[in-house]
Formats: sequence, C-alpha cells, structure tokens
Amino acid sequence: MKLLAIDTSNRPLSVAVLEDAKILATTTTNVGRNHSSTLLPIIEQSLAQAGFKPDDLDRIVVAAGPGSYTGLRIGVTTAKTLAFTLHKELVGLSSLEALAGNVLMEGQLVSPLFDARRDNVFTGLYRIENQRPVQVIADQHISIAEWTDQLAAYPEPVTFIGADVATYEAPLKEQLGDRFVRAQPQLDLPQASVLGLLGQTAQPVEHLHAFVPDYLRLTQAERDWQAKHPKEDHAPYVEKI
Amino acid sequence: MEKQNLILAFESSCDETSVAVIRDGHEILSNVIATQINSHKRFGGVVPEVASRHHIEQVTICIEDAMTEAAVTYDDLDAVAVTYGPGLVGALLVGVNAAKTVAYAHHLPLIPVNHMAGHIYAARFVKPFEFPLMALLVSGGHTELVYMQADGQFEIIGETRDDAAGEAYDKIGRVLGVPYPAGKVIDEMAHKGNDTFKFPRAMIDEDNYDFSFSGLKSAFINTVHHADQIGETLDKNDLAASFQASVVDVLTSKTLRVLKQYPVKQLILAGGVAANHGLRERLQEVLPKEFPNTDLVLAPLKLCGDNGAMIGAAGYVQYQHQQFGDATLNADPSLEFDWMPNMPH
Ligand SMILES: Nc1ncnc2c1ncn2[C@@H]1O[C@H](COP(=O)(O)OP(=O)(O)OP(=O)(O)O)[C@@H](O)[C@H]1O
Ligand SMILES: [Mg+2]
Repeated sequence: MKLLAIDTSNRPLSVAVLEDAKILATTTTNVGRNHSSTLLPIIEQSLAQAGFKPDDLDRIVVAAGPGSYTGLRIGVTTAKTLAFTLHKELVGLSSLEALAGNVLMEGQLVSPLFDARRDNVFTGLYRIENQRPVQVIADQHISIAEWTDQLAAYPEPVTFIGADVATYEAPLKEQLGDRFVRAQPQLDLPQASVLGLLGQTAQPVEHLHAFVPDYLRLTQAERDWQAKHPKEDHAPYVEKI
Repeated sequence: MEKQNLILAFESSCDETSVAVIRDGHEILSNVIATQINSHKRFGGVVPEVASRHHIEQVTICIEDAMTEAAVTYDDLDAVAVTYGPGLVGALLVGVNAAKTVAYAHHLPLIPVNHMAGHIYAARFVKPFEFPLMALLVSGGHTELVYMQADGQFEIIGETRDDAAGEAYDKIGRVLGVPYPAGKVIDEMAHKGNDTFKFPRAMIDEDNYDFSFSGLKSAFINTVHHADQIGETLDKNDLAASFQASVVDVLTSKTLRVLKQYPVKQLILAGGVAANHGLRERLQEVLPKEFPNTDLVLAPLKLCGDNGAMIGAAGYVQYQHQQFGDATLNADPSLEFDWMPNMPH
C-alpha cells in the first residue's frame, strides 16, 4: 500500500510517504510558517523523493484534530480534496493519538496534550498496547484541573507528551506527584510517519464529502446562540442556489 | 475548430462556497453555489470561524457537482482558478488549498484570482469588454470606481472613505429588523415606499470621485431611534426608499462625474449591490441620456453575488497571459492592487 500522511494540526508540520510498513520519505518542520504555503510543496517533494506520482497513492491519512482550527483545515482540505479528486482512500486519525504513538513503552498510559488557552487543554488518555496507542479516555477539550481529577481514577504513572506540556507542568506535578512522567522532549513533535503507520490498518472514511476536522468545540458564536435558543434549529445551514 | 479552453474555478472568500466550469472565459458550463446565509442569519452577520467550517463541509461536493453538471473530466480541463483574496482568511484558505490540490493532482496550471477582479468580470458573461471602460464596483466590502485601460489593468479612481454600500444596507437592515444580508429585502421595501425623509447625500457635490456612507447610516439610525423615543411609528418602506434614494443618487452622480473626466466605451456595474433594482434602473435611465456613446453593461443578476463563474472569467484573462501561481500560493485577506499580478502595463 502506497500511503501519504499529513499532520498540520499545530505549529509543527509533518508529511510522510510510506509503502506498506516502510517509511520512504518524511519531513517535519517546526518553524511556525504558514502551513498553507508550505504543505503542498512538501507533499510534492516527498512524493517525488519516493518516486511516486499523486495517482500512484492508495491511501491518504490525515491528523483530523483536535488542534489549531486553521491548521486542521489546511491539512484536512488538502487530504480530503486529494482523496476525492483521485478516488483514493482517506483515513482520519486523532492528532492526539498520533502524538501518543511516539511513546513506545508497552502498557504505559499516555496523555498527549495541546494547549487550548486559559487553563484548558485538548487531551485524551491512551494506553500503549501491542505497540500502538489504544484510547482509554476520549479526546476532549477540558480544564487542566478537571483533567487531573479524571486521571485520579488511574493510580499509575501517566506519560505526558507534547510541546505544550511545559505550560502545565506545575499544576500537573502538584496534582499527580510521582505519577507525572514527562516524555522526552525530542518526542514532542508529531511525526507523520507514525501517523501513516497507524493509518495503514485503520478503516477508511465512508462518506468522504462529510469528512471534516474534529474540532472538539463548537464556535463561540454557535455556543452563545444555542444557549439563547435551546430548542431551535435553523438547519439546513447551507443551501445550494 | 480551435480547441476550447476549460477552467475549473473556485470561490470561498466569504459565505458562499462555489465551483464553476467556464468555457473560453465567457460561457458557463456549471456554476455551483452553496450559500451559508441561513447559518449566519443566526448571528446577524458572517462569523468567520463558522464560515470556514461550512466551506470545508461543502468544497468537495461543489467540485463534484460542478464537474458533473458541466459533463467534463479532469483531462478536459486547462487550468484551475481560485480566489486568493481579499476576504476572510480562514474561508479563503479552504478554496485555495482545495484548488491547489486539484491542480497538483491533475498537473494543471493554477491561476490566483483577485475576488474584486472577479466581480468585474461577471459582466463579461453579457458581452466582450471594450476598452477603455469604467466599472462601478459595489459590494459588501467595497465601493469603487475602477478604470480599465485593457484586460487585467485596474486603476482605482474613487472609493469609499468609510462603509461600503452593501455594508450600509446590512447595518440599517439590523435597525429595521431585516435578517442578514438585508440588501435584497430593503431593495424590495424601497420599491413600495417613497423618499420622504430626505437623508443627506454625502459628498455628492464634492469635486472628487470618493464616497461616504457612514453619515447616511448614522442619520438613518438617529431618525429611527428618535421616533422610538417619542413613541412615533415610522413607515418602514418609506425609510427604506429614502435610504436607497440617497445611495442611488450618490452612486449615480459620482459615476456621471467620473465619466466626464474619463470618456469610456463601457460602464460596467458589478458586485453584490449591483443586484439592486433601484440602481440598475437609474443607470439605465440616465446613462443613455448623458453619455449616449457609453454602453451600460450590468452584471447578470445571478452573478452579482459571490460565485465561481466570475472567478473563471477573470482567470481566463490571466490564463491567456500565462499568469500562473504555484504550490506555495497562500490566501491574502487584504489583497489590493496588482490584481492580476505581472500583467503587462
Ligand atoms: N438588491 C440588493 N440591493 C442592495 N444591496 C444588495 C442587494 N443584493 C445584495 N446586496 C448586498 O450585497 C452584499 C453582498 O455582496 P458581495 O457578495 O459581493 O459582498 P462580499 O463578497 O461580502 O464583499 P466583497 O465582494 O467586497 O469582498 C451584501 O451587503 C448585500 O446586502
Ligand atoms: Mg464579493
């Protein structure tokens, strides 16, 4: 299987080309430039290095969220359009799961974490089983205090991974004590090669048109509107004219 | 027979996702438009993050429908055109990345199009342009007089100093309780009322080609609020008619003034507000009298609002001049001049 994997869910950008379990090309940058101008050139380069044309691909795997809304849309628009226009399989995986995949200690609990500002994070809990992360608590948008409360139910060490862990290291240590384990910082960058390996055996998306990022949050405007109009629904929100 | 040119064109700068297939720059094979108006009505205006989310829901559906309706395959296409600015950055990014990906996947050249150039080229579906021409470009975000010496050459002769005309319509719409976007409904109300309020005609006698609509907006709002305070009910149709009379008077008189200085073969009316019946009728009435040698070209009603077809028409001109972008193309939310980059001047 020839596979392209894309992760633009946060500041780092990662692209990989795989053939079955073999990683042929992988590029990861963490320079914070605009993913919109860098993603497609890196995809072009990576496929060229692997000796593939776009149409040779069998499958495209994308980190579908959570993460930066704009970053997610750049990766998902590119992956979705490529899969659609060339009739390829599309797989969307959790951006958090992909990051947890960098920790390869069998049996270990892992909490990959992205900052969502104002003491909130995007996170989930995974256990490494047979060399891959298996979800224990679903990905969510949650305050750091509530998250440490939830982790109280697991009286064992939890490995935290992600560039934003540093922001919350103090409250995490305070609440979890010895159970707080920091993954080696060199593992904090998401790797599309890991995403690609995980995506190889995943179920492809059934309804490609309906595929959108997993933002894990409604927009502020929609939350406010729903609070004021608990029973109303304006749908369909988009109409063909 | 000469080979036909087919362009797949994308538009996603605001609250419409649109994909079109255009033949030879002036024939619409398909023009699929998915509008989000019903969503943004909830908020009284376009919420950028909500708009971006809708675009990504729609974009591949629009591509599929546009290709199917046009009955073409990717092999038939010559290029992919896309709006890359001005507009909402998150909204633009969906169209830009989808268009770049289609171009890359099918080895097609990519044409970056300025949204405002697109609005003007909506009139190209009526008849060929004859230069020099003047365009009165009135939309949700812009009110401009644009002089064109040739295809792809744009010179802004006058513009609004504050609100755009469409923006003013939408703002006074809120005061009248008309749901977003208010322009079309206020236009209808205006036809049922009379100009009884005599709102100011800002800058109408000033010897320049600029516009201002914020004073009109304030006068309108003050009138309504004052009536509310003293418990008086005003006729909403008369309010709409009075507002529209001021807008149409100012747009028309400034346009006539500019035409005295810049003799042109055609006057083009384009942009969302070009759908306004009052404005269309007034120009149709006065232009033949005042400038019998200037041909009035009104953008088709269906192509005044945002759509992919107009982007394909503008893109075709750039195609002829081989003005292509590459895989690094980014959205430029405040794109202004050099609308068709590197066109010969
Ligand atoms: N019949 C009408 N009369 C007056 N205004 C109208 C009419 N129909 C639509 N409009 C106005 O046109 C505007 C939408 O036009 P358009 O879609 O071109 O704007 P936009 O794309 O948001 O802005 P821009 O093109 O400047 O970036 C809205 O403000 C709407 O109220
Ligand atoms: Mg517009």
